[in-house]
Amino acid sequence: MAEYRARGHVLLCGGTGCSASGAGAVRARFEEELAARNMDREIKLVETGCHGMCEMGPIVVVYPEGTFYCRVEPKDVAEIVEEHLYKGRLVQRLLYKTPVTPEGVPHYKEIPFYSKQVRIALANCGYINPNNIEEYIARDGYVALAKALKEMSPEDVLQEVKTSGLRGRGGGGFPTGLKWEFCRKAAGTKKYAICNADEGDPGAFMDRSILEGDPHAIIEGMMLGAYAMGADEGYIYCRAEYPLAIKHLNEAIRQAEELGLLGDNVLGTSFSFHLHVKEGAGAFVCGEETALMASIEGERGMPRPRPPFPANKGLWGKPSNINNVETWANVPAIIRNGGAWYAAIGTEKSKGTKVFALTGKVKNTGLIEVPMGITIREVVFELGGGIINDKKFKAVQIGGPSGGCLTEAHLDTPVDYESLTAAGAIMGSGGLVVMDEETCMVDVAKFFLEFTQRESCGKCVPCREGTKKMLDILTRITEGKGKPEDMDNLAYLGNQIKNASLCGLGQTAPNPVLTTLRYFRHEYEAHILDKKCPAGACQSLLQYVIDGAKCIGCTKCARVCPVGAIAGEVKKPHVIDPAKCIKCGACEAACPVKAISKR
Amino acid sequence: MPKITSLDDLRKIKENASDLTAARSQGKTRIIIGMGTCGIAAGAREIMQNVLVELEKRGLKGVSVETTGCIGMCQQEPLLDVIRPGEPRITYGRLTVADVPRIVAEHVVNGNIVEDRVIGRTE
Repeated sequence: MAEYRARGHVLLCGGTGCSASGAGAVRARFEEELAARNMDREIKLVETGCHGMCEMGPIVVVYPEGTFYCRVEPKDVAEIVEEHLYKGRLVQRLLYKTPVTPEGVPHYKEIPFYSKQVRIALANCGYINPNNIEEYIARDGYVALAKALKEMSPEDVLQEVKTSGLRGRGGGGFPTGLKWEFCRKAAGTKKYAICNADEGDPGAFMDRSILEGDPHAIIEGMMLGAYAMGADEGYIYCRAEYPLAIKHLNEAIRQAEELGLLGDNVLGTSFSFHLHVKEGAGAFVCGEETALMASIEGERGMPRPRPPFPANKGLWGKPSNINNVETWANVPAIIRNGGAWYAAIGTEKSKGTKVFALTGKVKNTGLIEVPMGITIREVVFELGGGIINDKKFKAVQIGGPSGGCLTEAHLDTPVDYESLTAAGAIMGSGGLVVMDEETCMVDVAKFFLEFTQRESCGKCVPCREGTKKMLDILTRITEGKGKPEDMDNLAYLGNQIKNASLCGLGQTAPNPVLTTLRYFRHEYEAHILDKKCPAGACQSLLQYVIDGAKCIGCTKCARVCPVGAIAGEVKKPHVIDPAKCIKCGACEAACPVKAISKR
Repeated sequence: MPKITSLDDLRKIKENASDLTAARSQGKTRIIIGMGTCGIAAGAREIMQNVLVELEKRGLKGVSVETTGCIGMCQQEPLLDVIRPGEPRITYGRLTVADVPRIVAEHVVNGNIVEDRVIGRTE
């Protein structure tokens, strides 16, 4: 039969999340099933980047209908091919379900998780094959670059970005246009454009998803910035723990160079731009701009005092501009549609959208892009679908280890730079961890501080030693050895570290402790004064006890106890000696009648 | 692939590349073919493949080809619906492969309904 185009596309998520939940095996099954039915010409398989709803992975979207199938296992594939692709019937059981629509939501765009989103930076993620530059071009890719090089002056490009009101998405929130202008005005002919892809906050994967799912948007954004600033060389500093992102970036650079969209005399103009990928070794502090540049130069990744700012004296002493992945990814759309278009989205001072990695005790964990000004309540309860097992909401941690915890009273706070800062958190790079009533806030503060303490580069004494001291105090509190003066000491140390550290790491590291002290002081008091963990999370403050009424005296617990802490006669209730117990939980697991519990 | 040196070059690539992703959105005009067991038994698969060939032959873009389950008019299969933007949904029935080029040329391209094969219309 004559040639024809595929009538349908099956989009398979190839992001890190879905790959981890088995997308590779699903793809292999699709290939087999389609071939077996002679449908491999009419249905095309496309591997895309992340769809954002990682909780529901592996995700399969069937077009042209836009049907969204979730948690697809290899054994489900035959049914999708037979029922949907062959016979045109939905596979109901694999659709996404909500409490209001138990029968399933067939269309991608009708799922609440997606319908509330405004996707600019993530527009292509999960929609195109990131390893095919033509698919990016089909979605207006490199149109902004061509428009800028052929029809706009560098000043015009700069002005559009200024008009857009775009601010740094890495956390600082500094106006991007202004930052570019500093670099543009700096003296010198050699300048660098740098992309900070050293995303390292626990639970954050916004940048990774863009790097993996739409690498060309970052390349195009950087080139627009380079054109506006007069830079001819660029670096993408990406952590080595993102192998898929690095692979996709390098492939994207190769394809863009092949088409003359990157390299010497781009699009036949006098503008040239050379781009390199630099793999970082995964030090958190290298996300700080001066440390990042030191690392590119081959030096030890440590921050240095500013001024001089990178705009004047950056990489190898040349004027440089650093923006993070998400900031760069917004630029092509701004140039394509105009700064005013972008400025129409969001609030008065925070324009456009922000990508968040929604994690923790929320039903729909994943990646979301929302307009600035949306409330935390909408994010957690509408996009996030509420708390797992419908437990009670307790707090949300915004901004990663540099951010803070906000309570139920802050649920209606709009998500914008100013409102979050006023509430004691920060926008940060976009980590959003939801906590329920079973989360211990002292433990959470300890978790984030453990991270920053470990990642402190050691240059500034307050950060290096101060975070260690704070961690010691927190550890003691969670072990039930807290002293009443600990709370004041934590606050004192925290403020000192914030004021006396050179870079953002130290200046923000105490934030999780300070905000939990402010909003959850009663939990600290319970740990210190009553030696109790109200959430039941701190191991040391819990005791394993045997319910004498339930115990049948089978002796199983006594036999598995590694320290001989359980005593009792056969067929009579046993008891645990709290002085000997190491709280390993072996007895609880061994008990056949569930007589052992912690409280 | 040759290097891109002008806006026109880029547009050309975009033009060709739009085919790559065209199937990822519902076309302006939709052709929907019944693929129930009844439809398949009556030859709906052949009808559909011929539709795809015909669209390719004419280089028609922005037309999506979808399938659907049995709608209960099994005696009229194979069934094929055409929905042009802003026009009623026209259902054709008892189709043969020979009807496909006519429906594509007359209805999909020119907007003239092929009356002798119509079995229903929905506003």
